[in-house]
Amino acid sequence: MNFGWQALPVYVVLTSVVTGILIFALGEARQRMRTALNLAGALVKLILILVMLLAIQTGASFEFRMPVLPGLDLLLHADRLTMLFATLSALLWLVTTVYAIGYLEQSPNRARFFGFFSLCVAATMGVASAGNLFTFFIFYELLTLATWPLVVHRGTPEAFAAGRLYLTYTLIGGVLVLVGLIWLTALAGSGDFIVGGTLAPIAAGNEAALRGIFVLLMLGFGVKAALLPLHSWLPRAMVAPAPVSALLHAVAVVKAGAFGLVRLIQDVFGFELALALGLTDLLTWLAAATVIYGSVLALRQSDLKRRLAFSTVSQVSYIALGVATGSALATIGGLVHLVHQGMTKITLFFCAGNYAEGLGVHAVEELDGLGQRMPVTSVCFTLGALGMIGVPPLAGFITKWHLGAGAITAGAPWVVAVLAASTLLNAAYFLPLVHRLWFRPLPATMAARELGISGRRLQALVGPTMIVAMLALFAGLLAGTPGSPLFWAQRMIGDPA
Amino acid sequence: MNTTALIYLLTAAAVFGIGVHGLLQARQVLRQLLAINLMGGAIFLLLITLGGGAVGPPDPVPQAMVLTGIVIAVSATAFALALLLRLQDATGTSELDPNDGA
Amino acid sequence: MVHEALIGLVFLPLLGACLAVLPGRFGTRLAIVVGLASLPFLLLPVTLSVLREGAWFYTLGGWSAPLGIRLYVDPLALLMLWMVALIGGLAAAHAWHDFRPGTAAGERFWPLWLLLTAAMNGLFLSADLFNLYVCLELVTLAAIPLIAMAGSATAVRAAMRYLLLALLASLAYLLGVALLYNSSGTLDLYLLPDALATAPAPVTAFALALIGTGLLLKGAVFPLHVWLPQAHASAPGPVSAVLSALVVKTAIYLLYRVGLWSLPAGLLADGAMLLFAVLGAGALIYGGVLALLQDRLKLVIAYSTVAQLGYLLLALPLASLAAWQALTYQMLSHGLAKAAMFLAAANILHAIGSDRLSDLERLDQRTPLSLFALAVAGVSIMGLPPSGGFLAKWLLLEAAWRGGQWGLLSVLILGSLLAAAYVFRVLAAALRREDPSEAEDAEGISAIGRRQATYAMLLALLALVTGFAAAPILELMATGIPPTWGAA
Repeated sequence: MNFGWQALPVYVVLTSVVTGILIFALGEARQRMRTALNLAGALVKLILILVMLLAIQTGASFEFRMPVLPGLDLLLHADRLTMLFATLSALLWLVTTVYAIGYLEQSPNRARFFGFFSLCVAATMGVASAGNLFTFFIFYELLTLATWPLVVHRGTPEAFAAGRLYLTYTLIGGVLVLVGLIWLTALAGSGDFIVGGTLAPIAAGNEAALRGIFVLLMLGFGVKAALLPLHSWLPRAMVAPAPVSALLHAVAVVKAGAFGLVRLIQDVFGFELALALGLTDLLTWLAAATVIYGSVLALRQSDLKRRLAFSTVSQVSYIALGVATGSALATIGGLVHLVHQGMTKITLFFCAGNYAEGLGVHAVEELDGLGQRMPVTSVCFTLGALGMIGVPPLAGFITKWHLGAGAITAGAPWVVAVLAASTLLNAAYFLPLVHRLWFRPLPATMAARELGISGRRLQALVGPTMIVAMLALFAGLLAGTPGSPLFWAQRMIGDPA
Repeated sequence: MNTTALIYLLTAAAVFGIGVHGLLQARQVLRQLLAINLMGGAIFLLLITLGGGAVGPPDPVPQAMVLTGIVIAVSATAFALALLLRLQDATGTSELDPNDGA
Repeated sequence: MVHEALIGLVFLPLLGACLAVLPGRFGTRLAIVVGLASLPFLLLPVTLSVLREGAWFYTLGGWSAPLGIRLYVDPLALLMLWMVALIGGLAAAHAWHDFRPGTAAGERFWPLWLLLTAAMNGLFLSADLFNLYVCLELVTLAAIPLIAMAGSATAVRAAMRYLLLALLASLAYLLGVALLYNSSGTLDLYLLPDALATAPAPVTAFALALIGTGLLLKGAVFPLHVWLPQAHASAPGPVSAVLSALVVKTAIYLLYRVGLWSLPAGLLADGAMLLFAVLGAGALIYGGVLALLQDRLKLVIAYSTVAQLGYLLLALPLASLAAWQALTYQMLSHGLAKAAMFLAAANILHAIGSDRLSDLERLDQRTPLSLFALAVAGVSIMGLPPSGGFLAKWLLLEAAWRGGQWGLLSVLILGSLLAAAYVFRVLAAALRREDPSEAEDAEGISAIGRRQATYAMLLALLALVTGFAAAPILELMATGIPPTWGAA
């Protein structure tokens, strides 16, 4: 055990844990103090991560190892994949915190909300920096526990029903991971995450067992990643407040599942072995089916947040699709989508939150002409929608181009067809919204409706929305420059660390 | 095994049987308590008999055990009676409804 | 020095029990210092000596076995003694406020509490079957009046039922011991295996069956658990905590001692272990389902105890090092978590005057710390990470997988899903808001309430910490593996 500089990932996790505990301890009334703590915690974490990022650029490595059970260590480390996910989460967490402070102003139970919010991000950081599956599982389950109070935050019967569904899915998913993990540990011990995997030497003679393990883990992670047919908790969880939806969809829960799938293929089995066992095909098909299915269902939703939720179901599967397709380009596409989808989807959720808070708009039909009433939000929404569709040169395009080109080099041209279909569907469910915002007349009732919140509060919501929209915009526009998500993903594949 | 021991053993078995019967039949806690005491007495008798030894001096260990056992049985019974009084005060009955609570 | 410490573990609480009978505050306070606060300091040298030299015997009064009575301290006994010292200590700190020394309630409470502590310590150290009988009776006779002290009709009725069944259990145990002595000529647990090797098998089997039945009844193992839920749920808070965390474990502990240390290996042992496993599986499922059906918080927790005791029997057929570590770790983490839950439930009951699930809404504002303790302890009970309960379950699952016990594996998983269901049901009830727009009420709780909540939280945090600091404890437990399960 080493608690010095090497153990920086531990401190990244602990900053959020400590923030969360302090927020609980402060209680409900001390709002200024809580806001200060929240922002300080998010900033400190971001700074720590940037320090780590710079250090890794210059060749430093971080590792913290603590034996927990015989042969099983709690291992936190920082490789490139960790940094990709951790930077994204830390950045978006900061913005989401600012947004949530404005969003929840004057609503009850804020201490509880922000406490669990912090714990949730702590768990996400643990997921990002877990150095082996055992550690990954610990934080993966912790994430389930920390998110539940947020999902049921409103305390309505509807919220509890959604919470129950969420728990049923995620806990059963957790059991699948657990069983797969036990099986793997009994077979091969607990290997660290290493690019290329650690299982190849023992593969001979254990093919069936390895296939079983892969399927269990894949389904277990697939629950959080909302893979078909394990996705139905996600749209239901939309009853939670908007910042929670953002957190679920862009920063933490869904991402943790997708991230688990990436780790599983890249760092546990290794793509070569997974391919040899025929497992990547399985995931590719499942992901492709989810991409299409999510889009089709999104088309049929008339509630804005539900439409966004099904869009997430579809978009997150791009990540699995890219990694499972496996060629360098496709993998880059999958990894970079981890970031692109996060930034774009969080923009859309913030916008949906703004519409709901500002004008009480929930249904798609009510968006008519809102470009006049809430212009900034509507611009951001349009940017996000176009980014999701994959209009060049926005972020979604970068992803889809890499995925498509990668699929062809991997000899799976049918994936291109899936991408094309998905893009058409994306356009079919997003463009009408954009059309409504800008080209439909504003109904008189809506024009007359008072803003539901004060101008100051609306600014507190629109500010963060603009920031994430800018992030999403620049992730696409500046994809060719050093430091962009694409640059990182390329470095990761070209120069695996 | 000699005849005396046999008689003792049979007596112990009979007393134990009466105890079991009483326990199963009785509805009143007091009677159940007495039945348990009977069963305890039977076991003490058995212990003494088994420790008697057909030849040579009797084994002192069972005697010591029985002495201790009797002390415990007495104190347990005393406590149970006290508790029974509390039960009567609290519920107005000296019976335990078999369907209650469990 | 270390011998005196060992004797002190039994003697000082007993002395305390006598002191506590003295009228006035001073005697009771002295008694608590002498009999409870001293325990960790006595345990330290004993622990060090076991770490250095391994398990050892102490012959009381210099009378050697088989005639004399021996005390035996090994890693398992140490674990239990530490649990008595820590869990019992924190529960006593909690009880201090409800049963203040010098008050009428305090005068009745503390002698019994100290006697219970002495009896449990004696039980965990004793190597003699009859001496164990005495300790077992003392535990029962001290615990039951503590339950009745709650005063309600339900509590007295539950206490009476518990007493009758406990007396019956003791008789079964005693009859078994008598037969065993007659056929083997010794009462010493650790001399029995050799002595039994030549004893007639049918008598031994019958005697062991009687002992086992008695212990299963006292340990509230399904289907002999009927007395437990009402008794544990209606007792005063700290008493419930100690009953669930420690008292039922005394019988399970004894079951381990007889089953794993004294039973001659062979068919009999295998059959018994299988039977225990089946009962354990039944307990896990039945207790879990019933916990899910209760509408009072304390009953949920009590049925959860019925279920969790199942884990302690379930893994017995595995007979491996990992299984042993899992069992002992489950013993510890369940003790911590369950005590935390009962203390938290007592605080909640205190604060809002009811523990019906339907009355628990907005607990996160009314009793935040206690609810948090309940939730954290609940994580351990569910066996989710990070917690001691998770590590214990992991070890069990891994042992079951390596042993190819698929039935066991599925029961374990089903059991933990049930636990998740009943814990989250309680938490959902506690976070409910009748009217979502309802303003916050800054309902303050008293300073005492806050302190009592802290004790619950401390126990819950210990349950959490055992999710990380397992390695040293498990290493120590590995050196105390039962002889029939492998070499130490």
